[in-house]
Amino acid sequence: MTATTPRPGSVRSGRPVRTRSGRVSFLVRPRTAAVTGALVAAIAAVFAALLMLGEYEITLPRVAAALAGQGERLDLFFVRDVRLPRAWVAVLVGASLGVAGAVFQSLSRNPLGSPDIIGFTGGAATGAVLTILVFGGSMLQVSLGAVAGGVATAGLVYLLAMKNGVQGYRLILVGIGISAMLTSVRDYLITRADLTDAKAAQVWMIGSLNARGWTEVIAVAVCMAVLLPPLLAMGPRLRLMEMGEQTAHALGVPVQRTQAVALLAASALTGAAIAVAGPISFIALAAPQLARRLLRSTGTTLFGAALMGALLLVTADLVAQHALSPAQLPVGAVTAVIGGSYLVWLLYREWRTGRA
Amino acid sequence: MSAQTAAPERRSPDRDEATQALAKRTRAGAKVHTARALGLLVAIGVLLLCVGLSVSVGAKSIPLGTVWEALVSNDGSYDHSVVVELRIPRAVLGVFVGAALGLSGALMQGLTRNPLAEPGILGVNSGAAAAVVVAIFVFGLTSPGAYVWFAFVGAAVAALAVYALGSRGRSQATPVRLALAGTAVAAVLQGLVYAVIVLDDFVFDRIRFWQVGSLVGRDLELFSRIWPFLVTGVVIALLLAPALNTVALGDDLAAALGAHINRTRLLAAVAIVLMCGAATATAGPIWFVGLTVPHVARAITGPDQRWLLPYSAVLAAVLLTAADTLGRVVLPTGELEVGIITALVGAPVFIALVRRKRMAQI
Repeated sequence: MTATTPRPGSVRSGRPVRTRSGRVSFLVRPRTAAVTGALVAAIAAVFAALLMLGEYEITLPRVAAALAGQGERLDLFFVRDVRLPRAWVAVLVGASLGVAGAVFQSLSRNPLGSPDIIGFTGGAATGAVLTILVFGGSMLQVSLGAVAGGVATAGLVYLLAMKNGVQGYRLILVGIGISAMLTSVRDYLITRADLTDAKAAQVWMIGSLNARGWTEVIAVAVCMAVLLPPLLAMGPRLRLMEMGEQTAHALGVPVQRTQAVALLAASALTGAAIAVAGPISFIALAAPQLARRLLRSTGTTLFGAALMGALLLVTADLVAQHALSPAQLPVGAVTAVIGGSYLVWLLYREWRTGRA
Repeated sequence: MSAQTAAPERRSPDRDEATQALAKRTRAGAKVHTARALGLLVAIGVLLLCVGLSVSVGAKSIPLGTVWEALVSNDGSYDHSVVVELRIPRAVLGVFVGAALGLSGALMQGLTRNPLAEPGILGVNSGAAAAVVVAIFVFGLTSPGAYVWFAFVGAAVAALAVYALGSRGRSQATPVRLALAGTAVAAVLQGLVYAVIVLDDFVFDRIRFWQVGSLVGRDLELFSRIWPFLVTGVVIALLLAPALNTVALGDDLAAALGAHINRTRLLAAVAIVLMCGAATATAGPIWFVGLTVPHVARAITGPDQRWLLPYSAVLAAVLLTAADTLGRVVLPTGELEVGIITALVGAPVFIALVRRKRMAQI
């Protein structure tokens, strides 16, 4: 996070708001408020489109009626049992990945930092592929295999990186080593399995939201309710730690503890997301960067990253369902294309205007 | 007059000390250089040993004496033709692919000043993969020899796109922008590959074997097509070493010292495209080598690119040939692809090194 130079103006353009006693105070920045509002509106619009479109199209008033529990049986079935849970999974998983990505990037002080670097994604994917190809497990077992694989790998990486405390740099490098080993194990399994099984494993590894229901929504929602508040509360401390561990320590931040807690919470959040939807690529990486650029903020913004992640995933799901209809793409393929293109466009625009 | 000549004499003890200190440092410097040169020679020796093993070990093991006979007086026997037509081309390919990957990894990390930078970041692997998918999906090609040009062009186009996007307006490519541009382009291409392999089983069946990274079935003809690119890239990379040392000081300081930053960056990018494109076209995407070998080399040599680059090249070649040889004997039947072995063997060594030493920062 070192290379973005703070732009003058972005820092001071805020209005402080205080309660009368002065105990609670925060800055209101017009740009932040506007961008947040726009993101929420965009998410709502795509969400509505997800409920309306499909093989069986439903108009907006009928969707509203179905949500209120009225209307035809078919409408009720499609809106409440099929499309609504899937759309919620997209929002929640996207937000989880966005926040987790922001935390990882902040901790590693590297815009390429993502759950991959501590081996979590690789471990989860390997756990799932093992469950699919070797044990032939069910959907639930695959999810459990993924979480077990992810947690085990992240723990292993953390232990191997430990030596007089954990240094960010060593953590990254050990993570890379372990991930490389796991990738080769997966490649081996996929080349040796028969085509149908290999393909099932591959689709899971790309990440998909097909046939996700209320069980998945509740699972992710519970995880988020537990993990998100402490992470959001840690935001200011994470921003201080981006200035360097020693500076943060001097400013009174308990560095080791913050690091451990943030890593744990972000890993658990990633685990929940992966268990439900597979390792969807690029959201954890792109959402924090896009949010930063949109908000013109100088540090990590967890809330912005959450909104951006949710927007990216619902949009991707809309495209995945309808771009090549009736063929259903796995959403991971689309997140990569959309998120990547958007980042390309942002960079291109900055290139045109000559800004950093 | 006398006062003027007296003045330096009064300071002469200091000057003597300074001269001595300088001489001592020069001697120490020379010692370090000798040690590094010796280390490089040892590494090259190990590489030759690996190549020898690679030629003699396999489904049918051939003693080194027979290998030598095949080279000096080939009588057309089965063993001799195996050595000349299969084993030696494969060993040579392994050396070149390894060296190219190690060098381009070191160049990338020096250029972007990012320890996570690797050839894949420049979009090379995804570009090649996307082009190979096109080759299979659209043109129905099925052999590595037929993919080569697609892979090479894909890698080059992706890398150029990343570089253009990563360099800002009239100014130069900044490290973080380059890395971000690379990830963005790679993601788009990877997504397209995913979409195609999900929709088409035939393509998936081909690409799952290509994307492992392997030297199986690559012959001399393939090498004869690809070597000019590899050699040009290697030469450019090695010549760039002093300039890269200057660039590592930071843009402002380097510019003040009269370095041509943009020219250096552009040449380095050209070298990376040539080497990675050729390596990936030959062997498929091999992820681990370019990323980690430079870290190992840096732990031995420190940040001086003049030593770092040759060490990276030789060590990566050792890793690749050794892994390729090991892959032939490790399974009771068949063989394990080199891309799998490099990671399985290289990663524990890499992790041990990371733990033992305080890794040299870039």
